This record gives sequence, structure tokens and C-alpha cells, in this order.
Amino acid sequence: MRFKWIVFSSLLLLTTILAGCEPLLVLNPKGPQAETTASVIWISIITMAFIVIIVITLLIIMLVKYRASKQPDDYEPPHIKGNPILEAIIVIVPVLIVTFLSIMSVKSTYEVESVPDGYEDQDPLIIYASSSNWKWHFSYPEQDVETVNYVFFPTNRPVEFRLYSYGPITSFWIPQLAGQKYAMADMITKINLVAESPGDYMGRNANFSGKGFAENTFTATALSPDEFDKWVGEIHSTAEPLTEDEFNKLLEPGHLGKMTFTGTHLSFAPAPEGENAGHHHHMESDQDHSMESDQDHSEHSSH
Amino acid sequence: MKIDHSQPLEYSTQQNQMNILGFWIFLGAEIMLFGTLFASYFTLNNGVGSGPSGSEVFEITPVLLETIILLTSSFTIGLATHAMRINNKKATLAFLAITLLLGLSFLGVEVYEFINYYHEGLTLQTSAFSAMLLLTLGTHGAHVTFGLFWGLFIFLQIKKQGFTVGTTNKSFIFSLYWHFLDVVWIFIFSFIYLKGMM
Amino acid sequence: MEFFERFAIPNASPLIYASMVAIGLTVVAIVIGLTYFKKWGYLWKEWLTTVDHKRIGIMYIISALLMLFRGGVDAVMMRLQTAVPDNSFLDAQHYNEVFTTHGVVMIMFMAMAFIIGMMNFVVPLQIGARDVAFPRLNAISFWLYFTGAMLFNISFVIGGSPDAGWTNYFPLAGTDFSETVGINYYMWALQISGIGTLMTGINFIVTIIKMRAPGMKLMKMPMFTWASLITNAIIVFAFPVLTIALLMGTFDRQFGTHFFASTNGGMDMLWANLFWVWGHPEVYILILPAFGVYSEVISTFSGRNLYGYKSMVASMVLISFMSFLVWVHHFFTMGHGALVNGIFSITTMAIAVPTGIKIFNWLLTMWKGKIRFTVPMLYSVGFIPLFTIGGVTGVMLAIASADYQYHNTMFLVAHFHNVIIPGVVFAMLAGLTYWWPKMFGFMLNERIGKWGFWFLSIGFCLAFFPMYITGLDGQARRMYTYSAETGFGPLNMVSFIGAGLMAIAFILIVYNVYYSFRHSPRNVGQDPWNARSLEWATPNPVPHYNFAVDPVVNSSEAFWDAKKNGHVLFPEKIKKIHMPNNSGLPIILAGFFFIFGFSFVFSIWVGVIIAALGIIGCLAYRSFEKDPGHYISREEILETEKKLGGASNEN
Repeated sequence: MRFKWIVFSSLLLLTTILAGCEPLLVLNPKGPQAETTASVIWISIITMAFIVIIVITLLIIMLVKYRASKQPDDYEPPHIKGNPILEAIIVIVPVLIVTFLSIMSVKSTYEVESVPDGYEDQDPLIIYASSSNWKWHFSYPEQDVETVNYVFFPTNRPVEFRLYSYGPITSFWIPQLAGQKYAMADMITKINLVAESPGDYMGRNANFSGKGFAENTFTATALSPDEFDKWVGEIHSTAEPLTEDEFNKLLEPGHLGKMTFTGTHLSFAPAPEGENAGHHHHMESDQDHSMESDQDHSEHSSH
Repeated sequence: MKIDHSQPLEYSTQQNQMNILGFWIFLGAEIMLFGTLFASYFTLNNGVGSGPSGSEVFEITPVLLETIILLTSSFTIGLATHAMRINNKKATLAFLAITLLLGLSFLGVEVYEFINYYHEGLTLQTSAFSAMLLLTLGTHGAHVTFGLFWGLFIFLQIKKQGFTVGTTNKSFIFSLYWHFLDVVWIFIFSFIYLKGMM
Repeated sequence: MEFFERFAIPNASPLIYASMVAIGLTVVAIVIGLTYFKKWGYLWKEWLTTVDHKRIGIMYIISALLMLFRGGVDAVMMRLQTAVPDNSFLDAQHYNEVFTTHGVVMIMFMAMAFIIGMMNFVVPLQIGARDVAFPRLNAISFWLYFTGAMLFNISFVIGGSPDAGWTNYFPLAGTDFSETVGINYYMWALQISGIGTLMTGINFIVTIIKMRAPGMKLMKMPMFTWASLITNAIIVFAFPVLTIALLMGTFDRQFGTHFFASTNGGMDMLWANLFWVWGHPEVYILILPAFGVYSEVISTFSGRNLYGYKSMVASMVLISFMSFLVWVHHFFTMGHGALVNGIFSITTMAIAVPTGIKIFNWLLTMWKGKIRFTVPMLYSVGFIPLFTIGGVTGVMLAIASADYQYHNTMFLVAHFHNVIIPGVVFAMLAGLTYWWPKMFGFMLNERIGKWGFWFLSIGFCLAFFPMYITGLDGQARRMYTYSAETGFGPLNMVSFIGAGLMAIAFILIVYNVYYSFRHSPRNVGQDPWNARSLEWATPNPVPHYNFAVDPVVNSSEAFWDAKKNGHVLFPEKIKKIHMPNNSGLPIILAGFFFIFGFSFVFSIWVGVIIAALGIIGCLAYRSFEKDPGHYISREEILETEKKLGGASNEN
């Protein structure tokens, strides 16, 4: 029965590593959204482990008890048609489990899609996060600053990321703060999150987007509100303004380090929302928006 | 090959019955094919970009003409099958020929329609809507074109061989195909043209 | 020369040149070998023009094993590249091409071919038929599949491989971001083989509905036949969606339309939707026949009838319906909001119920049985726990909120390999070993087979279980490399070792064929496994006409009834048998399709037109052709049966 041994040892290995040493990013949340997903994940792992254990136990019982070497030579297995009670059990138990998980799924999905509990009264900080091959651009309309490949935001204040893409579909992901959401060229998607402890968090594009995908990462830094304000002030006194030419250069495919500008690209290249979105029903043509840059089509979805 | 004489000739052998059943299943797949086209069409319906919308380019006259032609051809292929059942070779060939000619004129009007669209600035490359419209109509048109060749081959075979287990089976299946194209057209007429013109 | 420049590879590497040389040498070796041994005539008459479902099935399976090799090499290269941080074995572009072709080859050209090959060989035998409903069409299906597979496989030496993932999302797959012809290859290879698959679907539905032996009511069909019937129904309804999606993709790339573009009203999300409306049922197209194989194998080697026959059938029917209602779970993160995600989350989890019923039915089939641990049974027994783990992680992924964290990570990669490998690959290896004596008249060596199983299973666990962990630690899929600080290194090394063990398993399995061919005894008799269903009522290997006499059955285990309960399977006398003729048309037609696809990929319109005319010509020829088939005389049948020691009555 080497086989049992393998299954058990691999399960054992799995659980030790899951529980052991450094906590895995997704299971080490630093904000309410990621906390919700982490606890959903733990509950589902436990529920599912229960099922796996039942199946493996039953299998082992069958294999040990009914293997040919244990049976007399003349043993003729019976013809068994079925048993309504038994079959009812194997239907009802899974149905109950699935019902339980469905309720949890729907509830938690509503939770992570909305502003976290206790933060509804605060004004969210709006940050536009747009991807281009293979960078992230963060625009702060309120603070009138823009960064590339890093994002700062205050702790304990709801942040609303508005996502879109200059090019392929990307997926915005800061595992310790919230799950992913796609960024696409012709519409806006949103992520609501709150960081409850200050720190640097790994952020990346999780959706394959071509050659430079592996390095398509950014740093998300949560800092205290005072420090955040100080940081904004510093930018206004030190950074250069973002011009349209400069921005078009940034969009060219490639990798860039961290960059900081005053002003945002939203003033000359609005995000695909409202009348600029690709999908709405009154399509008055607004071709004059089109740009000279090579990224023309990806940049502007408003035709 | 066992021939069961209690059945019409096109159903008289096991192979013939299987051919017909197989074709029905094929039509099931065709429903999915056109269903996908329709679903995509409704999705991209409003994606006219800077090009014209349906209501700006659709013209009722050619579309009505196409509809009448195709509906009539569906009727004549029915008559052809009926003539085949009563073993009237001449009438079958005549109705089949009329059907094919009607199919050809349908295609003629459709080509005219496409040329019209071109002049009004609606081509494959204009917008998602235009491409979707032309792809849907084009897929149907390609089916009609294929049917013309197929029907012609069957015409020649009936002419030469008369009604056999093979030819009756083929022309019955062809009639199913032709009716199906008509049904698809009714959907195109209602949900693309009429809805688009409103 | 300008004309030929388009065929150059855009980002060549020594690896690609080496494989180019290897392919060239292999082709030359095959041609010389065939000529030297004067085998061209044999090959053409007995195989390339055959319409025999058994031979077509075997050709599918050989192709599937070849594709398994190709996809497996891709897999090992990927694991090697990511085994250590900051590795430079493959560059980013090359890695992207490798994982793209790995996915497409494994799903479309390996798994699909394997299951269709298995259905081809087994289904007519299980229902007591002499061939499928449309033998000629069956050959066309195979050759179209083969054309698609070859077209796809030459991409990496002529013109460049596709590089946008097997899911091929637009706009990444559009000409703006993928300029080479690689994705044109993707479109046409899938399109051509897809047409073949659709024809197979129709063919087998008619075969199963119309050609069953007298007495075999629907609810008396063997479970593999049931699984095949349902699978083919899914094929017929799912593949047309792919046809249209691919057509639109081709137009976008080659005719400048804007279906999936982000300008002029196009919608990139439409591709994702169409792809998965086909893609999710496709997953069940792969797994249901596997379920069928397990049902046969577990029942045979437990010495018992299959437990819960009716609920097995009902659950498969349910799964097939629901497979069309869950596609959105492949992109919960696209931002449809909680309501839509909630609904699709529930439909997805609901599929776990019928699947769970099947697992418990298999367990209950072993209950009170007499279990023999043969190679096919080992694969089936390994399947149950491993597939359960894959299944429950699927339920975890179905929870939309949690999926926001699993999506696009190695967790997902681990999950779907965890269902596909123990699900489909194990089943195909089990089925191949199980039906091998029916195909070739000798058994595969059990000892080597068991070594193969253990290497494959342990290798599988080592290769994929670590990915669950790195996924939860934030390792996105499809990354060609990662830095040492991420800490992904050690677990990825474990994965690589696992992949190596799986490669050894593959070598063992192939070696087993060679070894058994040389050393296995030939007179295995009719019933080497003490099996139960009708296909075992034929001699091994099965004669050309399958059954000398039409069988009459009265249960799903007709052969068992005949052995144990005195049921008379063959009440009639031997009469002459009508069989279809071989035909060269399918392979010629497929040849034109190859030229058509290849020319289209490179936008060589002359080639497209010539090939299109050729295709039309073939169809016209077929329309006018008279093909009455031929008869096998009574004497010839008697002689064959005597030689094979057939159990059919020889009066």
C-alpha cells in the first residue's frame, strides 16, 4: 500500500507548509477585504479537507477489505442494484455542503465588492490605476499627482482604485489587501480596499500580457495619513509636471523604474468612464479625441 | 442492403435513416453556429464606432425582395419533395431547378445589398457592428452558395439515375437544409433588419 | 526572396534550430525506412485509406501519444526554466510560446485525440456494431484532426509559434500585440481540427442511437458508451461556438475587423465569453469519457456490476447540461459585480454534486467486490483520491470572492492539472492498457506498467501540489521567471523534479510497448481480464468485421451474462457480411485543408483559392461517387474465426 502512504505524506506536507514557517501572502491579510478572502479560503480548505478525508478513508477501507488476496478463491461478488437510502445520502450531504459554501460565496463576494464595514462614512481616496506594457500608472485626481510603478495611500481610509488598461487585459492585484480585478481598455473596473497597517505590499499584474509580464509589478505602500499628506506636499515641491508628450513616451512598451509627477494624465487623456467609455448606448462620434501616438487605439476607446 | 418498402424511398434503408438523423443533428450544430452569431450581433449591435448604424443603411426593398424569394424557394423545394414522393421525376427536377434559380437570385440581391453598403461607407473594417452584420449575413449567404452547388449535383444525379435509394435520400436531406436556411433568414429578417430599422 | 522571408522564425534560438534538424532527419528516416522495407503500399492500403473504426482509433491514439511527447517536452522546458530564480534557459518570448503550445497541444491534440481514439475503438464493439454510422466521415474527421495538429506543430519552425496563451485573449492576441503569424496558426489549426471533431460528434451520436445490438436498450448500454453519447452531444453543441469565435479572430487579425478590438465598437470581453462558452463544456468533453473508462475498469477489476447505474447516467446528463451554464467562473475578476458572480458561483459548485455521486458510486462498486490490482485498476484507484483533491480545489475556486485571490495564480494551474492528469491522462492510460489486447492481441507487461504508474503518480504529486502553495504565496501563472526574494525557488525546484519523474514515466510507458511487443505471449485468449461488457465477446485482436454474427444482448454486461448466466450471445448462424470500402478521399481532402490552412496563415491567397477549389472538387467527387461497399464471404469469416479462435458458434 505504497499508494496510501504517498497520499498521506503529500497531504501532510501540504498542511505543514501551509501552516508552517512564513505565512503565505494571501493568508497574511493586512486589510478587511483580504481578511474576508483569507477566512473564506480557510473555511473552504477545512470543509474540503473533510470531504477528501472521507473519500480517502472509504477508499482505503474498500481496498483493504475487498482486495482479491484477502478473499477466498471461490468468492463470487454479489450483483448489487443499488440502495435508495445510501444514494439519498450521497446526494443530500454534498447538496448541504454546496449550499453552505454557496451562501458563504455570495455573502463574501458582496462584501469584498463593496466598501469595507465601518469605513462607509469616510470619503474614499480615488486613485486611477492604469496599466500599459508593462507598467502601472497611478493618478490621484484629488491630490493632482501621478506615479509610475508605485502607489502610496493612507492607512485606515477607504481607497477606490479605478482600473483600466492601455493595451492588453491586465489584472490588478495586491494579495495582502484585496483580490484581483481586470483592467481593460474600454471600461473602468473598481476595487475597494482599506489598509489597516502601514507597510510595503507586493502588487502586480496577474494576467498574462506579453513579453514583459513577469516584471509587471509595483509596490503598494500604506502610510499614516499625516505621512501621506507630507508625501503629497513633497511631490508638489520637487516633481516635474506630467506633459502629454512625456506621458506618451511612458506608454511605449518597456519597463520603467519608479517615477513621480505633478498633475495627472487624466486631464489630456481621460479614463474610459462616463461618456468616454467604450460601451454605452449613445455613441456620438468623438473622433477629434484621437491621438497621434502609436498607442492610438489602445489609448482611446471612446470612438 | 435491406430495403424496407413500407417506408418512403428516402427512409427505406438503415443507412438512409442514419443519414437523415445525422443531418438533423448537424442542423442542431448549425443552430448553435447561427445562435452564436446572433448573440455576438446583439452584443456588438451598438458598437458602430464612427460608422453608420443599422437604421442608417438598411433598406426595406431589397430585404423584402430577398425574404420573398427565399420563402418562395422554401415552398418550391417542398413541392419538389412532394413530387418525389409521388414518383414524378419531371416535376421534381422542375421544382428543384426553380428552387436553385430562386437561390441564385437571392444571392444576386444580397450582392447588390452589400455593394450598396460599401457605397454608404459600411465595410468589414468600419466598426464592430458592420463586421458583425456582414459576418452574419455572409455566413448565411455562404450556406446558400454551398447549397446551390449541392442542389445542382443532386439535380444532375436525379436526372441521370432517376429516383434511387441514394438520390431520394440526398434530395430529402437537401430539402431539410434549404428549409433550415429559410428559417435562419426569418430570424435575420426579424431581429437584424426589422429591429434595426425600428 | 522576399516571398520566403515570411517563413523565417522571428525569434530563433539554438533549441529551435536543433528541433528543426531533428524533425528533418526524422522525416527523412521515415521516408527511407518505408521505401527500403517496401511498406508504402501497406501503409496506404491498410492505414491511410482505412475506414475501419478500429484502425482510425489506433491512429488517433498514436497521434495522441506523439502529441503527449510534444506537449510533455514543452512542460519539462517550462519547469526547467522556473526551477530556479532568475533562470535564463528560455527568454520571455520563447517561454510564452512554450506555455501557449503546451496548453493547445495537450488539450486539443493530445487529450481530445486520446478520448476520440478510445471512443472510436471501443464504442462500436461495445454496442455490437461492425463500424460507425458514417465510416468515410470518420476517416475525414481523423485526417482533419491530424491536419490541424500538424499545422499547429510546424508553427515553431515556420513563421513562429502562437504566444498569447491557450486562452488567446484579445487584444493581446490581436495584431497590435502579437505581430507574427503564430496566432493565425492557432486560429486555423483549431478551426480545421474542430470541424473534424464536430463531425465525430454527429457520427457517434447516430452510431450509438441507431446501431446498437438487438436488446440493448439505452439503459442497457455499457457506461463508456453512455459517456461517449453524452460527450458527443456536448461536442455538437459546444464546437460551433468555437468555430465562430475563431472565425471572428481570424477576421480581426487578417482582414482588419474590430470584433475584439478596443476601438470602433469592438469588445475584448466577447472573445473571453465565446471562448469559455466553448471552453468549459470542452472540459467535460474531456472528463466524461474518462469517467466512462473508470466505470468499466473499476467494475471489471472489482468483479462486480457497476453500482448505481441509473444515477451514473443521470449525473452525466446533469453535468452535460450544467457545463453550459458556468463559463463566467473563468473570469470572475472581469468586474460583472457580485450578483452575476454569485449566480455563476452557485451553478459551478452545483456541478460538484453529480460529480460527487459518481465518486461514491465507484467506491460502492468496490464494496463487497474482489479487487485485483492490475495496471488499469491502479490508475483508477489512484484517480479517486487525486481527482477528489482536484475537484474540491475546484469548489474552492468556485467561491467568487476567494477566486479573486486564486485567479491567474499557480493555484489555478495546480487545480486544473489536478483534474486533467488524474482525470483524463490516468483514464486514457488505464483504458489503453485495458483494451490493448483487443487492439493488438497481446498484453502490456504489468511490472513495467506498474513502475510507470508509480513514477507518474509520485511525479504528479511532486510537480503540482507545491503550486497550490506558491499560488497562495502570490506566484502568478505564466511568469517566465521570478526573483530569489519571492521565495518561490525551492517549491518550484520540487515541481521540476516531479516533472522529471513524469517524463521517466512516459519513457517507461513507451518502453513497455516495445518490451511487450517483443516478449509478451500472443495467445491471450478472448478474455484476459475476466471482463464483463460486450466488446470482450470478440477475439483478440478483433477481426476486421468485429462480430462474425450479430450479438443479442439483454443487459449492460452482456459478456458476463454469457459467461455466468448462460445467456446466448450469438443465436444466429454466420452469414456474409457487408463492409464499407476503403477510400483515399479523406486523406486527399485533408491534404487540401492543410494547404488551405497553411496558405491562409501566411495570407497567400493563390494557395487559398487553389486549395478551396481542391476541397470543393473532393466534395463534388464524393457527391457523384457510387460506393456500394463489399461483402466478406461466409467461408472467409469461418476461416478467420478459426484462426483467431473466436468464441462465436462456428456452425
